[in-house]
Amino acid sequence: MSQETLQVFIDGVVRYFHHTNDKDVKVGTPYLVENNNPAAYDVTGIIGISGPYRGCVYFTAPRILLKHLLLSIGELDTSNEHIFDLVGEVANTISGNARSRFGHEFMISVPVMIEGAPNQIHLPSQMRSYVIPVYWKAYHAAVVICLEQ
Amino acid sequence: MLSLMIVDDSNIIRRKIERCNDSEKFHVVAAAANGAEALELFKQTRPQVVTMDLTMPEMDGIACIQQLMAMDSNLRILVISALSDKATGIDALKKGARGFLCKPFTDDQLLEALTELTED
Repeated sequence: MSQETLQVFIDGVVRYFHHTNDKDVKVGTPYLVENNNPAAYDVTGIIGISGPYRGCVYFTAPRILLKHLLLSIGELDTSNEHIFDLVGEVANTISGNARSRFGHEFMISVPVMIEGAPNQIHLPSQMRSYVIPVYWKAYHAAVVICLEQ
Repeated sequence: MLSLMIVDDSNIIRRKIERCNDSEKFHVVAAAANGAEALELFKQTRPQVVTMDLTMPEMDGIACIQQLMAMDSNLRILVISALSDKATGIDALKKGARGFLCKPFTDDQLLEALTELTED
């Protein structure tokens, strides 16, 4: 995956957090992981990708980050329902915004949200994923890109 | 005051749009989580303005816009979507939408887009 492709998603992360009340987000250096050991925090929103690119993009974060993120977008109800909704919406927004670079053939699914341990995420074993670390407030999260062209 | 229907599969986005609407200009009469639900609620409430997400389960926003416009060609639809490519925006406008706002958006951007839509 090219640096340009990764940059599209990095820009998407930064753009998303800049629309919250606490804009100070930092993105770490992306790194590769084997798909039998995917990165995951408490709650994950996954977007399936089809078209010229195939695979998935997901946003994964600890519950406490998502609670603060809800408050930061003006949502005072930090119930489980809204935490799941938010993690899916972040994944959807970052993936959807990538179409400005990849075009309308970069097809994205509706988000699927999961909660729990990384072993619940199954990625194609023949591929590797790029993890983009995200630092916001005192918390860590990640955007994971698993795409083949 | 104009009646408004919000269509988005995210409850937090529906609530955000509802919260930041200027109550002197818009009155939210319905909120739907997908295109099929939006068609049913449209028949019941007949809103003058609709905010429409595109990527939704059951019936997506483009298909819903087509059906809504067939029922009311004067309907003012603002698409609010993360799909930021030009082709999608043009397609939505061809189907009858009058504006396009890209997610993520601020309250000010939403109000500006809705105001532009209703001043046409």
